[in-house]
Amino acid sequence: MIRARGVGKVFRAREGEVVALDGIDLDVAPGELVCLLGPSGCGKSTLLNAVAGFSLPTSGTIEVDGRPVTGPGPDRAMVFQEYALFPWMTVAANVAFGLEVRGDPPARIRERVDGLLGTLGLREFRDRFPKDLSGGMRQRVAIARALAIDSPVLLMDEPFGALDALTRRNLQDELLRIWAQLRKTILFVTHGIEESIYLADRVVVMTYRPGTVKRIVPVTLSRPRDPSAPEFNALEREVAALVTEEQARHVRAEAAGAG
Amino acid sequence: MARAARLARALLVPALALVAWEAVSRAGWVSPLVLPAPSRVILRWLAYAAPVAPFDPAGGSRLAWAFSGELPRDALASLVRVAGGFAIGAGLALPLGLLMGARPVVHDLMNPVVQVLRPIPPIAYIPLAILWFGLGNPPAFFLISLGAFFPVLVNTIAGVRNVDSIYLRAARNLGAGEWTLFRRVMVPAAMPYILAGVRVGIGVAFIVVIVAEMIAVNSGLGYRILEAREYFWSDKVIAGMASIGIAGLGIDLAMSRLNGWLLRWHRGMDA
Repeated sequence: MIRARGVGKVFRAREGEVVALDGIDLDVAPGELVCLLGPSGCGKSTLLNAVAGFSLPTSGTIEVDGRPVTGPGPDRAMVFQEYALFPWMTVAANVAFGLEVRGDPPARIRERVDGLLGTLGLREFRDRFPKDLSGGMRQRVAIARALAIDSPVLLMDEPFGALDALTRRNLQDELLRIWAQLRKTILFVTHGIEESIYLADRVVVMTYRPGTVKRIVPVTLSRPRDPSAPEFNALEREVAALVTEEQARHVRAEAAGAG
Repeated sequence: MARAARLARALLVPALALVAWEAVSRAGWVSPLVLPAPSRVILRWLAYAAPVAPFDPAGGSRLAWAFSGELPRDALASLVRVAGGFAIGAGLALPLGLLMGARPVVHDLMNPVVQVLRPIPPIAYIPLAILWFGLGNPPAFFLISLGAFFPVLVNTIAGVRNVDSIYLRAARNLGAGEWTLFRRVMVPAAMPYILAGVRVGIGVAFIVVIVAEMIAVNSGLGYRILEAREYFWSDKVIAGMASIGIAGLGIDLAMSRLNGWLLRWHRGMDA
């Protein structure tokens, strides 16, 4: 579904060129849930933005469903960490936006919006503005808005990073339920080791600067997964060791930069 | 109870000031020509506001009669000028501002002219306004629209340029084209800035209308206080000034209500 070949991204900064991504090869199968994991600065969000078409790679190619990515589009709906809801629109209007842009007839839009608000437990919030909602509720609206346009691919950029632990687990379960129901292809960026193992079919651990694929860890535990199970913990330790190496490189690089 | 106490506190200083003013005038320390007592100003204001002729059923409705006094007609004349001038000024500033905000090319072309013209106070255009438009309403409309133009323009540009790029990315991601992006994302996102500009623009228009009426026309609140000065009617001058203050306050309160409703989605716009 998603196919990245030799993807590189070079940012020109004042202190010279920063290689954010280098030689990334990645395949995500239809219906697969893949997490990109790594410390900040590993380029996981850069890779996601490249797939989304917001910031195209400087080398290599990305194809989604066989078509090369040349810009943002409704075949790859995105859920942002900052929610990015339109604050001047009600919950229902936010969810309807993509459908209106597409030119769906009003009756169908209403039906679809009602359905999604029901699925995500937002029905009594339909006429509220985002500012009146909690972080968890806002992210539910953002997910509903992304699901509305029915894209085969869902891109999620640390969507639950700003939420408290209970709300996060709640939304993770909700996401898994929706994913199981709709069989979307999901590319999910996170810096949470536990989160990645809880959610993913495969965890892609990335290296710190330049961002490359360090290791791809398949997670074969059956769902629902129990984070306190020994197998879960063993996997968590294995992945943590990989991430810690990269985090240490990150810390050394920052110290060198500061000194 | 707390509400009543706060109201009493708000009225305390004005009430004391009025009492002191009345005392000073009654004691004969200053000539009533220089500073008439507030009681005289209020009587004059009532006379100014009241219908000139007694009610005549043949002449029309009671409502029309109630507003046939000098003050209601002056206030209406001034408000019509503010509304008309503001509509012209803001009507030109809004599309230009949106265009300059959204298109860097237009911004680069127009910004130098805007920045050079912006600091010139509308009052400085009076000689040209009279040369170009003569006397009467046209120069007044010109000056008022000029006064409203720049606050609306500058805020609209800033509003559009400061739209958070996350909204643009979200909208593009959902398939929005350029026109949808502009109409449904950039304009509403810029609305808090635009409305702040509108509020300033109306305030300036209200200042300019008084000046314009002192120069170019013979109706309206500005004309009336200048006319009263000719006759040394200082009580009427002050009554006219008070009317200008009340009208200005009324417009600003109405704008504030409108803003509150239009921006009800905005953080911190509750209450």
